Amino acid sequence: MKILVTVKRVPDPNAAIKVKPDGTGIITENLKYVINPFDEIALEEALRLKSAAGGAEVVLVSVGAKTSSEQLRTGLAMGADRAILVLAEQELDSLVVARILQKIVQDEKPDLVLLGKQAIDDDANQAGQMLAALLGWPQATCASKAEGLESENEKKGIPGIVLSGGTGAQVAREVDGGLETIQVPLPAVVTADLRLNTPRYASLPGIMKARKKELKEIPVASLGVDITPKVKVLKLEPPSKREAGRKIGSVQELVQLLHTEAKVI
Amino acid sequence: MGNVLIFAEHQHRKFPKSTLVAITAGKEAAKLTGGECYAAVLGKGIDDLASEVAEYGVKKVFAVDDPTLEHYLSGCYAAAVAQIVKEKGIDILLATATAAGKDLLPRVAGLLGAGMVSEIVAINADGTFQRPTYAGSAMATVAVEGSPKVVSVRATAFDPAAKGGSKAEVEKVTASIDAAAKAATFVSFNETKSDRPVLTEARTIVSGGRGLKSAENFKNVLEPLVDMLGAAMGATRAAVDAGFVPNDLQVGQTGKVVAPELYIAVGISGAIQHLAGMKDSKVIVAINKDEEAPIFQVADYGLVADLFKALPELKEEITKLKH
Repeated sequence: MKILVTVKRVPDPNAAIKVKPDGTGIITENLKYVINPFDEIALEEALRLKSAAGGAEVVLVSVGAKTSSEQLRTGLAMGADRAILVLAEQELDSLVVARILQKIVQDEKPDLVLLGKQAIDDDANQAGQMLAALLGWPQATCASKAEGLESENEKKGIPGIVLSGGTGAQVAREVDGGLETIQVPLPAVVTADLRLNTPRYASLPGIMKARKKELKEIPVASLGVDITPKVKVLKLEPPSKREAGRKIGSVQELVQLLHTEAKVI
Repeated sequence: MGNVLIFAEHQHRKFPKSTLVAITAGKEAAKLTGGECYAAVLGKGIDDLASEVAEYGVKKVFAVDDPTLEHYLSGCYAAAVAQIVKEKGIDILLATATAAGKDLLPRVAGLLGAGMVSEIVAINADGTFQRPTYAGSAMATVAVEGSPKVVSVRATAFDPAAKGGSKAEVEKVTASIDAAAKAATFVSFNETKSDRPVLTEARTIVSGGRGLKSAENFKNVLEPLVDMLGAAMGATRAAVDAGFVPNDLQVGQTGKVVAPELYIAVGISGAIQHLAGMKDSKVIVAINKDEEAPIFQVADYGLVADLFKALPELKEEITKLKH
């Protein structure tokens, strides 16, 4: 069994993001970068599926600048077997990324592709579904752990995705108003939501081992994929600020104001 | 040219507010492009639904009635929607970014080789779109080239459409869905049972953060206030991560985006991720013991207080008011 996992380099979710005064992007000086948190959950799931299946190959793929190798090394340190970096310096949209991933999938022939449900920089939530469409594969987005993160299964590191004999997967999906379970035959594309698992940290031996693992760089031009984006960000602006109101002295006063001034209770 | 197709999602055989929001956005887009605004309804036994959506001032309704469409599944739905976009000369496919909308639209875009813009909050006069990005830390102006284009709309950004005008014609469409598109199968749906209003449709929301400290406190301290106000209950990602409440209550960039009349944030510090999901609420009340908490920068009314003292008092004061 082979599992392909995407790893996107994104700004630390805890960092304060500021827009450049000229609106061409965000200020990147001194910004810390991490693996997209949803991709980290996808990778954790792949590693768990590997141990549950008694072995599998977990291959990472990232599309981006050379700096993305840092995040791939972190993923290798968590336990992935090898990594592919598709070098692309230019701006890409989700459809282009999906086309690049499609090419990698055709070369690698994984049984399962796991992605984060969205990247926390552009918040598009598109690439996984587009990849599934291009491949003609079934998809299961927003995978979650049916038993919840407080369950015994989670404590034991059991995956949330249930593989049935290497031919199919049962996935619990977070949808409006509840949890939907669907069955997809493999190969399939699955995207990870927040409550699928709690990712592990890379261990020191893991970090040592990761240095020797294969990280192959492929120039995007060599893939023969159309990389002209259809979606272009023309400008970024700081969001409109909401004015801070006032501090209220007591609960009594608050209730009065909500009743007489705001008229909401 | 420039025709717009709205994917009219239905839940429990009704059109939720989010679908009516998509109709408004779709009409706005059609006005800009000078095209017509159509709606597509998919499902099994949907004559009544198709007829209902025809009353919202769209030009025509395309109805795909097929047993394979009984449960929403991305493969079949995407195949049918992509077919309508191709056959009917659609320029913009549009739906609200609900769970189904988020699952479906990018797949259709993939099938069509179309560019897609997610969770827009406005359509500009020049045909570009506004959307928040970086968890709401930036507002982007985005252009989508080529035709067709796929657009998902943030549910809080447009007003829901009202019925009116002449009733549109319903055209039945037979979808050709191949075996590969039917590969995924529905197993079960575990509905979160609640007597409370749905988060994205509630007039009042009371949300709790890590300050609540435990699942028990959500139940014993927060819920009485929620139920007294007839509100929906929300939570921060931190509270979800800590296991206090299920993730479907999460308000924020990676959870639900809401904009109720009244949003009461209890024990919530105000991480940017959370603010992105609620800062368009009409009136925001924050109760937090840390007066430096960023939530106070967006709150209309801030109360610096220990929530465990303030909440019972708040409940009492509101009771007094109601008598």
